[in-house]
Amino acid sequence: MGKKKNSSIMKTEARDAWIMMAPAIIVLSVVAVYPIIRTVWLSLHEMVLTDPGSGYPFIGIKNYIAIFKDKRALESIAFTLKFTVTTVVFELLIGFTAALIMNKPFKGKGVVRAAILIPWAIPTSVSAMMWKFIYNDQYGLFNDILLRFGIIDKYKAWLSTADGSFMALVITDVWKTAPYMALLILAGLQMIPEELYEAAEIDGASVFQKFFYVTLPTVKTTVLVALLFRTLDAFRVFDLISVMTGGANGTESVSVYTYNHLMKFLDFGYGSAMAMMIFVVVFIISLIYMRVLGDQITDR
Amino acid sequence: MQKKKSIWKEVLFYLFVCVFVGIIVLPFFWQFLTSVKPLSEISAIPAKWIPSSVHGQFYVNVFEKHPFAKYLLNSLIVATTTTVLSILIGASAAYALARLRFKGKKIMLMAILSISMFPTIATLSPIYLLLKQLKLLNKYAGLVIPYITFALPLAIWLLTNFFSQLPKGFEEAASIDGCSRARIFFQIMLPLIKPAIFSVGLIVFINAWNEYIYALTFMTDDMMRTVPVGIALFPSNYELPWGDMAAASVVVTVPLIILVLIFQRKIIAGLTTGGVKE
Repeated sequence: MGKKKNSSIMKTEARDAWIMMAPAIIVLSVVAVYPIIRTVWLSLHEMVLTDPGSGYPFIGIKNYIAIFKDKRALESIAFTLKFTVTTVVFELLIGFTAALIMNKPFKGKGVVRAAILIPWAIPTSVSAMMWKFIYNDQYGLFNDILLRFGIIDKYKAWLSTADGSFMALVITDVWKTAPYMALLILAGLQMIPEELYEAAEIDGASVFQKFFYVTLPTVKTTVLVALLFRTLDAFRVFDLISVMTGGANGTESVSVYTYNHLMKFLDFGYGSAMAMMIFVVVFIISLIYMRVLGDQITDR
Repeated sequence: MQKKKSIWKEVLFYLFVCVFVGIIVLPFFWQFLTSVKPLSEISAIPAKWIPSSVHGQFYVNVFEKHPFAKYLLNSLIVATTTTVLSILIGASAAYALARLRFKGKKIMLMAILSISMFPTIATLSPIYLLLKQLKLLNKYAGLVIPYITFALPLAIWLLTNFFSQLPKGFEEAASIDGCSRARIFFQIMLPLIKPAIFSVGLIVFINAWNEYIYALTFMTDDMMRTVPVGIALFPSNYELPWGDMAAASVVVTVPLIILVLIFQRKIIAGLTTGGVKE
């Protein structure tokens, strides 16, 4: 009797859950799932909007094969991977270090927290523009400061060389997101009970042992989640590059290259194939992280 | 001896904090200085840090030479509508995901997380064709619809985290008293997470306000541009108006700084519940 009642409660509970989720499921199917499926479909066609005479024929996976023969596409992939790894590594190192140092009560903590949030809150296109002016070859702050400190002996046109542009993009991205990383890790650190450290100290643990056996295991999830989102963001980079270099000097990211195919050449077939490839890579990156994270993010 | 060491430690610590905050703030400071310099001093070599006199001309330019007030209005309308819609649709779904027991919950959570990770560019072409067909390019609705693709999963995800933090047993007590599911949700749960709704709203709003690719693609009419795209398109073929650009970025940054200063606790509460089970 009791069991039967229980199962009917479970049934109504499940029914209610689906009813409550229905609006969201319907909306997301229309605005997100349907477009993705349509992108797959477009990617299997020859479809240049400026050439409607072609009749947009179905060409199978030819667009995908073309990516591997397209030198510029391969270069943009290589650049994007280099950018992703470099920025994420710097952001993690700087964010983690800053969080470890600031993980104690101190005067002015509120001001620091507010300062950290500001680069996160402003549009990337605005920060890209601000930094573009800072890197300006004649009136830029970057040259001025480096010259004053004697690091360079004459003004350099940072954004007109490949290495200079890469460095400029990395610094700007790290400036915008390392503080945010620090904030997330700091929040994770503050969940570690003080007793754990005290116990480790009584056992005679060194600073490094405390870090590896107490700090790291407890903030592992926080750090991995932060890393996941940062890796995906870095791989999709568009606004920053589009505003700062426009993809010149070997700084064309996959998103920028794809965007040009879609909206400049109006090549929706090939552009969609490139877009699908970005989608698949993003999906694989998230799968890897989720594997490492296990059930920790979806367990409730 | 011990005391001396700790003073040094303290000094080093604050030195680090100052450098850290200094590097974060410096670009804004420089941008502000640029925005009030006379034109001749912007291009001074070597750079002139402190302007000899304060000028407001660039601020006048921002609103007179460009439809910047319209950009602000467009961004405000689109970001607000997106936020309100996402929370209206997302709250009940988040409640179900956080507190009700049903099969397929894990798959739903994974699906929502995956959709929130969709690269904007992957849905750009079909949405463009769709909006063109529906004649929604250069319309507010034409930007709100694609914004829902990232705003709704984000809202659901963050709200789910807040709902799961509420103590268990509320629903049982209420349902014993004969409350229906709808009443439990509207009269008990929603009021309980009101502060969280505000935090989530702020984060969703900032994300929508800052979006670039969709806005660049779907709003091609200059009068319909949003702030991030409008500013980025300030430079023309003939000139690079650094002063105007600096003034414009000060105009958009100052409200954000005020927002962040007032609501930092709420924003951080929203950001740090993200995804991590305690």
